[in-house]
Amino acid sequence: MNHNSLDIKNNPYLINCAAKVPVREFEAQLNQSSLIAAAGFQEAPTLSEINERDSKRSEIVKAQVPQTKVHDSLMLSKIEAAESSGLKEAYQTALAGQRLTGEQGLMLLESGDLNLLGWLATKAKERFHPQGKVSYLLDRNINYTNICRVGCDFCAFYRRGHEADSYVLPKEQIWKKIEETIEVGGTGTLMQGGVNPHLKIEYYEDLFKSIKERYKIHLHALSVIEIEGIAQVSRLSVEETLERLKAAGLDSIPGAGAEILADEIRLEQSPVKRHSHRWISVMQAAHRANLPTTATMMFGALEERKHIIEHILRIRDAQDETNGFYAFILWTFQGEHTELLKKNPDLQQTSGAEYLRVLAVSRLMMDNIPNIQGSWVTMGPKIGQISLHYGANDMGSIMIEENVVSAAGTSFSLDRKNMVELIRRAGFTPVQRDTYYNILTEHEETH
Amino acid sequence: MESVTCSAPHVPHGRHAVPQKSQGARARYQEIQRALEKALRGERLSFDEGVSLFYSPDLVELGAVADALNQKKNGRDVYFNVNRHINPTNICALSCKFCAFSRKPGDEGAYAYSEDEIAHRAKVAAESGATEVHMVGGLHPRWKLENYKNIIRTVKATAPHLHVKAFTAVELDWLARKERKTVHDVLCELRDSGLGSLPGGGAEIFAPYVREKICDTKLTGEGWLNIHKTAHQMGLRSNCTMLYGHIEDIGARVDHMIRLRELQDETNGFNVFIPLAFQPENNELGIDRHTYGVDDLKTIAVARIMLDNFKHIKSYWVMTGERVAQTALHYGANDLDGTVVEEKIANMAGSRAGMAMAKSRILGVIRDAGRIPVERSTVYEPIRRYDNPAEDQQ
Repeated sequence: MNHNSLDIKNNPYLINCAAKVPVREFEAQLNQSSLIAAAGFQEAPTLSEINERDSKRSEIVKAQVPQTKVHDSLMLSKIEAAESSGLKEAYQTALAGQRLTGEQGLMLLESGDLNLLGWLATKAKERFHPQGKVSYLLDRNINYTNICRVGCDFCAFYRRGHEADSYVLPKEQIWKKIEETIEVGGTGTLMQGGVNPHLKIEYYEDLFKSIKERYKIHLHALSVIEIEGIAQVSRLSVEETLERLKAAGLDSIPGAGAEILADEIRLEQSPVKRHSHRWISVMQAAHRANLPTTATMMFGALEERKHIIEHILRIRDAQDETNGFYAFILWTFQGEHTELLKKNPDLQQTSGAEYLRVLAVSRLMMDNIPNIQGSWVTMGPKIGQISLHYGANDMGSIMIEENVVSAAGTSFSLDRKNMVELIRRAGFTPVQRDTYYNILTEHEETH
Repeated sequence: MESVTCSAPHVPHGRHAVPQKSQGARARYQEIQRALEKALRGERLSFDEGVSLFYSPDLVELGAVADALNQKKNGRDVYFNVNRHINPTNICALSCKFCAFSRKPGDEGAYAYSEDEIAHRAKVAAESGATEVHMVGGLHPRWKLENYKNIIRTVKATAPHLHVKAFTAVELDWLARKERKTVHDVLCELRDSGLGSLPGGGAEIFAPYVREKICDTKLTGEGWLNIHKTAHQMGLRSNCTMLYGHIEDIGARVDHMIRLRELQDETNGFNVFIPLAFQPENNELGIDRHTYGVDDLKTIAVARIMLDNFKHIKSYWVMTGERVAQTALHYGANDLDGTVVEEKIANMAGSRAGMAMAKSRILGVIRDAGRIPVERSTVYEPIRRYDNPAEDQQ
């Protein structure tokens, strides 16, 4: 078995997502002691191993949990006192761990009590992650080219190709960046660039193979629009493109560019990018090609709450079919210097309460995606930390910056220290994970 | 006059009040559960119980209990006021290690407003709909009681309806010693000039083992409490604060709250308790981090639970940022402070929250949290309840 890839068909946690069984197995897999080792990829345990370990652990967990909880009675009385029978039903559905309808999700988002949502979302999170662990990733963003034929209004990064600062990074430079990443304990790269019309599939095949021959590193790369671009210039179908990229070493695809999957809003935000069903269908094609992906949502830009729910439903439905999303990532719109903000000067930044509500409702509705990230990058470290009590089980990536790595990794290690402390102070055990959410290192208690 | 003493400290001197290790996670959890049940029954919590709450693993639970206690007192109303800060001078005789605001005479950036400058600010405040000016500043070595009286008179002459909430206990103590008068007499003169109430600054942390490390030249904790007691006995209401997130331990925080609770039992003169998150830039304590979001929320929640004789707990957005301050409205806070034009003290210490929030923004933030905005006066009389967004402009 290729250790660097996630085999969707045989992966126990994904199988269980489909069957809508609480995914204890996945947690058990995370706790496998052989996984808590130095960075590197390990073989997944067999189902029987997982079941055995899980039953042992659930006994221990039961013995440790006190029987009385103030919280529960307080929250149950809040549910009883819900302002409408529909809302009460939505709370009860969520509490029972059953699937919420779109209407119920919308009701929770619009009139759910923030504390109650946090309590319910934490319960939903514990179905996937009962052990109070919060993960983070060490990886490096490599923008292999800035030449792009799309050129979105909100982007300051792209070049047309004739400018002096247009670039396609030489392989040697990419290798060097990867070496630096591995040196400081990083386990993955996030490679994205422009939609460069000069780069055909052979370029990517050659690049990915050259990386995989040299390094044990996870390749989380490209985006829907890049994949479509490659298919187009190489005169291939999306399916063929994905097959070949995977064969060359691509491990997974980031779910960027999803923005809000409601067409009326999407058109307003980035008219050039494809309609939402295109995004979903490329992602699903990737899943069918055994390439797992993440899914993202960017909100706080013009959409209404019903659009947020629509987005969640679309991803949930797609997941029911192909079961390849292993994480859901929420971002809030960052307005500065964008055309969108110029056109809509009254647009307010997403508030803390709104973000936590959206996060909690996402956790409650996404009963088939195991991981949800809290975004300290867009919401700041404070709300990022608080989000761990509203359904998030992951803090995302500590991106290794260029200058930082060259400065011998000192300030980088401070970032890591801060991340670990942030998670610990929120009451959780910090763990470093790989891109597939396997636990690599568990940080010990300091006291 | 009987004075407040800190002779029976709630915290063993210099020791960290951390629950015993041998206690075990389960026993600790049950202690927390018992404390929360007690709080919900309306009973008063002890020092140990207060400390245990800070060690609660379940943030949302703490918040739900604090929120229930808050809603019993205040319903869904959240207060704010339209105010303006005037920091008359940053020249200060003290050298508190956490302060980024103070300057020595002749230092670059040292300033002291003239009466005209104060009048101008008061005028702008009144024109923008403010009902209060909040004035605190450094201990200017050359300013006398007369200067302070003039500052108040200037504001009152410019805009008679503005409530003057001015001068911390630290400034009052300094003035009294300089003038060789009692604090009572100083307060009488200031009140005659138009002083309306006292702000809550300068309390920092009362516990001596912390205070001596962060501001050894400042008024002591006992001194601070005594001055507020004096004010309360004269009928002047006041606020109280706690500076947290620096070198203090949890015990010192709970101790601080209990001392305030005891004085409130005696005088009932505090309007509101305001936890202030430490700002890490430009200080001498060597602390380079902002407080944690979870810690901000816990501190608000524990304050709500411990301070059973306070009606109002403020989540001061200048210190924690707007997002956390808003979230805190579900953790026991029922006040977002005000529009705060020109806040300088936290700003110079690295607050990321900016210096002003428009009234429309405050209304939006409170409503977005599912609460009803109520504009209040300085002493918490409701001025207007904004329960219909369509009528905001009227």
